[in-house]
Amino acid sequence: MKKKLTTVVFEDTPEKADKLAALISEYKDVEGSLMPVLQGAQDIYGYLPIEVQKKIAEGLGLSLSEVYGAVSFYSQFALNPKGKVAVSVCLGTACYVKGSGKLHEKCMEITGIGAGDISPDGRFSYEATRCIGACGLAPVMTVNGDVYGRITPSDVEGIIKKYL
Amino acid sequence: MEMVNIKINGRDYSVPADSKIIDAARIAKIEIPTLCYLKGINEIGACRLCLVEVKGARGLMAACVTGVTEGMEIFTNTPKVREMRKTNLELVLSTHKKECLSCIRSQSCELQKLCRDLGVTEEDRFAGKNVEYPKDESTAFLVRDNDKCILCRRCVAACKNMQGIGVIDALNRGFDTHIGSAFEQPLAATSCVSCGQCIVACPVGALYEKDDTDKVWEALNDPTKHVAICTAPSIRATIGECFGYEPGTDTEGKMVAAIKRLGFDGVYDMNLTADLTIMEEATEFLERMKTGKNLPLITSCSPGWIKFCEHYFPEFTDNLSTCKSPQQMFGAMYKTYYAKKRGIDPADIVFVSAIPCTAKKFEVRRPGESAAGEGIYDVDYAITTRELARMIEKAGINYRELDDEKFDEPFDIGSGAGAIFGATGGVMEAALRTAAEVILGKKLEKVDFEDVRGTAPIKTATYKLGDTEVRVAVASGTKNARELLNKVKSGELKVDFIEIMACPGGCVNGGGQPVQSAAVKAAVDLKAKRASILYNADKHLAVRKSHENLAVQKIYDEYLEKPGSHLAHEILHTYYIKRGL
Amino acid sequence: MITIEQLNAVRKEYAPKVEMRHGHGHFVDAGDGIRKDVLICGGTGCTSSNSMAVRDALLAELKTAGIADEIKVVTTGCFGLCALGPIMIVYPEGTFYSKVKPEDIPEIVKEHLVGGRPVRHLLYHETVKGDEILALDQTPFYAKQKRVALRNCGVIDPECIQEYIAVDGYQALAKVLTTMTPSEVIKVVLDSGLRGRGGAGFPTGRKWMFAEAQPAGKKYVVCNADEGDPGAFMDRSVLEGDPHAVLEAMAIAGFAIGADEGYIYVRAEYPIAVHRLQVAIKQAEEMGLLGENIFGTGFNFKITLRLGAGAFVCGEETALLTSIEGHRGEPRPRPPFPAVKGLFGKPTIINNVETLANICQIILNGAEWFASMGTEKSKGTKVFALGGKITNTGLVEIPMGTTLREVVEEIGGGVPNGKKFKAAQTGGPSGGCIPAEYIDTPIDYDNLIAIGSMMGSGGLIIMDEDTCMVDIAKFFLEFTVDESCGKCAPCRIGTMRLLETLEKITSGNGTLEDIDRLEELSEYLKSASLCALGQTAPNPVLSTLRYFRDEYVAHVVDKTCPAHVCKNLMKYKILPDMCKGCTACARKCPVGAITGAIKAPHTIDPEKCIKCGVCITTCKFGAIVKE
Repeated sequence: MKKKLTTVVFEDTPEKADKLAALISEYKDVEGSLMPVLQGAQDIYGYLPIEVQKKIAEGLGLSLSEVYGAVSFYSQFALNPKGKVAVSVCLGTACYVKGSGKLHEKCMEITGIGAGDISPDGRFSYEATRCIGACGLAPVMTVNGDVYGRITPSDVEGIIKKYL
Repeated sequence: MEMVNIKINGRDYSVPADSKIIDAARIAKIEIPTLCYLKGINEIGACRLCLVEVKGARGLMAACVTGVTEGMEIFTNTPKVREMRKTNLELVLSTHKKECLSCIRSQSCELQKLCRDLGVTEEDRFAGKNVEYPKDESTAFLVRDNDKCILCRRCVAACKNMQGIGVIDALNRGFDTHIGSAFEQPLAATSCVSCGQCIVACPVGALYEKDDTDKVWEALNDPTKHVAICTAPSIRATIGECFGYEPGTDTEGKMVAAIKRLGFDGVYDMNLTADLTIMEEATEFLERMKTGKNLPLITSCSPGWIKFCEHYFPEFTDNLSTCKSPQQMFGAMYKTYYAKKRGIDPADIVFVSAIPCTAKKFEVRRPGESAAGEGIYDVDYAITTRELARMIEKAGINYRELDDEKFDEPFDIGSGAGAIFGATGGVMEAALRTAAEVILGKKLEKVDFEDVRGTAPIKTATYKLGDTEVRVAVASGTKNARELLNKVKSGELKVDFIEIMACPGGCVNGGGQPVQSAAVKAAVDLKAKRASILYNADKHLAVRKSHENLAVQKIYDEYLEKPGSHLAHEILHTYYIKRGL
Repeated sequence: MITIEQLNAVRKEYAPKVEMRHGHGHFVDAGDGIRKDVLICGGTGCTSSNSMAVRDALLAELKTAGIADEIKVVTTGCFGLCALGPIMIVYPEGTFYSKVKPEDIPEIVKEHLVGGRPVRHLLYHETVKGDEILALDQTPFYAKQKRVALRNCGVIDPECIQEYIAVDGYQALAKVLTTMTPSEVIKVVLDSGLRGRGGAGFPTGRKWMFAEAQPAGKKYVVCNADEGDPGAFMDRSVLEGDPHAVLEAMAIAGFAIGADEGYIYVRAEYPIAVHRLQVAIKQAEEMGLLGENIFGTGFNFKITLRLGAGAFVCGEETALLTSIEGHRGEPRPRPPFPAVKGLFGKPTIINNVETLANICQIILNGAEWFASMGTEKSKGTKVFALGGKITNTGLVEIPMGTTLREVVEEIGGGVPNGKKFKAAQTGGPSGGCIPAEYIDTPIDYDNLIAIGSMMGSGGLIIMDEDTCMVDIAKFFLEFTVDESCGKCAPCRIGTMRLLETLEKITSGNGTLEDIDRLEELSEYLKSASLCALGQTAPNPVLSTLRYFRDEYVAHVVDKTCPAHVCKNLMKYKILPDMCKGCTACARKCPVGAITGAIKAPHTIDPEKCIKCGVCITTCKFGAIVKE
């Protein structure tokens, strides 16, 4: 698994910075707190740019490389912000057996980006995910968190259009 | 020691109860192959080469991490074990850029040796997809070629576990795993201290010093240049290893003889400027003791330590001795005092140092290291022990057959104090020998300060010199330095004088020293063996104190006037930068 | 602090309120004016099909109808029949509505909840037998199931601790803390024969025993809720439907081994489960059922929730610990086992969610009760997530020893579309397939291993004749390659080489030597890898090779894919006899590969064809086939 580095400029706000500082100080002395801090930081910023990781490393007394080593290990930590329309397709077994591979291709075609990417204008992001647990509805895609089940490749365009 | 009885390949052995299988096998005179294992530093069971069969165990066991138990029956050489190891190597080879003929580690490569030992005959049996990485040549001292990396993570462990720094780590996951710095930044953009311990940890050619020998050859071939070299205290104790000598063999005479055959205009002993450093530093220490300012004084000979201090403890940069390192003092003296004396234009001098250190390659281009004028570096090139050995090899010199020769005058004399600079505690002891005589106003009866010797991570001692109490501390390895400084910072430890070396054990174990395999490192205490040569030399020298070195006295008489003089400050002292992270 | 008397008082108050949901069909008056309980599934499956909108519509409609005080609406965990969601059950009668839409609500309220007449056309079709409406446990899907781990899922409101207490919740903890010694607890668990439900099936009691035997001091109980097998969602359903059962079991485990702290490591991909756990922990703490001095016995236990971040390998216990400790989730060598040196270097037991979900029942009902279910060496029940080519996708809990045939044909309702059952895949990427000839194998740990598969955590994917087994092996290898942590050389490199070989075969470039290579690499990976992920990664390859070697051979020798799945080995063909020459396919073909005159048989140019399949779906006459 390879992480794609972002090209998007980091935008901070005092509110977000305060939240991050509070998060770090809450976990500063908790054993093994890197994961919850990274998760909390991602909740605040939507992703984990270098500026945020530096603060975390410093706050928790870790090296930046160690923090980044962990971030780049877990697929849910994002180095890119999510697009305005965040599309994902489940490639879990149940969905795959029911043809989600074709949805995957269709989504990449429509968004024009590969899995794990964000379009340069920030409009789309696309992810191929592991099982999201909606196997009863296989095959499944989600857009901005809304789940669409039992769909065919021809449904994809219509679904995405609803969000534009 | 508690012992347990085990069987290895059917034979009975009694081994210490806390042994790992790999240690027990060594007792049985069997070397189990490994790639990732570095005793005490990297024990992660990742390369899976050390797998052995254990009677009753569910599967194969990793010998490097599995402890022995009473009655254990171990088989290290079964068909299954041999087959596994061979397949393992073949898979590793499928991701390794095989430039074996031209590789810097050819013949010292652990992977190469294992392939030969284990009978790998097909290099490309599992050829397949590979991820290609750009070489990182961003720093002055190191090249990372991840295409050769086998992901043993010994470098990561050296940086993180041993040195406590961690500017590199494993990044990404699975087949895309590679070693690098956060956000794929080049090493030069990180807070790397340039100690080079990652290089000596690497079993293959993925990490190596940036080679400066071509530039040195070029200078040697340029008739308009005056090319001189000085060799650091520790490399006479180690360079023999590059020519097949056992670790702990002193080959100073052969080393000098070999270098002379390379065509240098002068071959000098850096022990001399080690003594010069002591003259300046002891003076500085006594001055600070008097004023109470910027204490504790911390030594500045180790450029890896300096960079560490600047990045991680910028609040201590004012405590650093302003003395240049012996290497820089040598170049500075050479291009001022000696150039003047001999009537050579310093711009025509190429000054080379042979050093055990990769950080020295960074140091030679630091600001404030150009005593002879702007643009004229005190030292032009710093080459490691390994590079020097390669130059000797390239010149076809039969090192082992050479008769001993001596360094060139007038920089051929070093005291015992200068000699021990190459081991942890050596600088402290050398400084104490001089400072104590100044404080006491008389000659010491015993010049040995044994409390600060040895390879313990942190050493402390208090010496009562007349009415003055001098509290000293010595640390080697940046992780230990961090611990020591944190204690000083918190007030837990009160000291007046600190010696810090970036590499564990000091220069004898520097990042520019000959590479030894993990197997040798596990079996031999390299640090102690190499250091013993230096202490042995010290013991047998007539002059054992820096201030009694006649060559040093002459430099002051003819040029610098006295330690700490205005001129001495101009030429022999420098400044530091608060870098932060 | 809560006393046992107070706990019992809560039980007494709330037991009548949940009583009528136990399926006996008669009304129970709890004295609160409630006539009926309407249960709506709030599990991930049903909420994905919008069950919360159904609930909101129901609440609004009840208000409009003026019966909001008489009808209690309860959001529960999963009922199991996820394919039929949103699901709604009305008690006491137990009528089962499936695929309920918000617009169906007015009719259900008017006819059923006010009028007392179930809306037949909205009922789950299997419950309608002529005039009769069957109770749920009379339908084939439920009849053969035995709910132990799932007993409260779809029965109680998981966000209401009182409802859990009403169904004997925290009684097991009370019993353990006040009447048993740690070694007695361990003995009960040992005697029950409970084995770990997360994969390898290690006896749970023995795990506890090892940790208990360690010198007293800091110890940990860790719940592994990092359910990562694609297609498996048993643990999620337990956490969503009955979170307290897991918390209670962890506290019991803590008492047994001498630990005062527990961690739950749960997939972040399970937001509902995470939320329910957060609520449950908070409620239990507030009631004093977690925390200091529980029941005044001096026993302390606190539970911290830790979220995974998308790494399958963290389901491996040592990797999970490394992740909780705040690092890359890389496994570490065993020994030392976690029971000796686990989380933060302390003795630790790691149990999976479903394992823990059995504990309280074992404590309350006794080891013999549990051991009376199942087979000789596999006791109790097992929850499976049934998916793939099967009519009733969903969650089933069956006694160990139930045959695959019973699961597929009876509980699962068979393979849809008249297709033939080809194989079942268990154990996800670590498991293997069970071919049709073993459909009568009783499912238990040892039988599955004997036929080259494994129980795994309980994903059970059904495959029909349209599934290419080489492609499935490739699919799982893609997964493991993606999820390999990269620490050990065999798994990092070996799985990739294995995958490449499979790709070579499915793309039509394979040779018989490649099949040998698959076997060689697989055996190597099994023996040499650092952790179970790498050691089991070749299982899908080995088991498909074992039972479907002919398919591999067809791929490399005949260059065909018998199931018509592998694109490069497939040709689209128009049957001239069937083709009417309507030109529909030619017009739809995106690359203009189809030509032919009107009313004359068309042909496909194989050079141009991209095998997208549009022509097949377009053709009304079934004239286009894959071969």
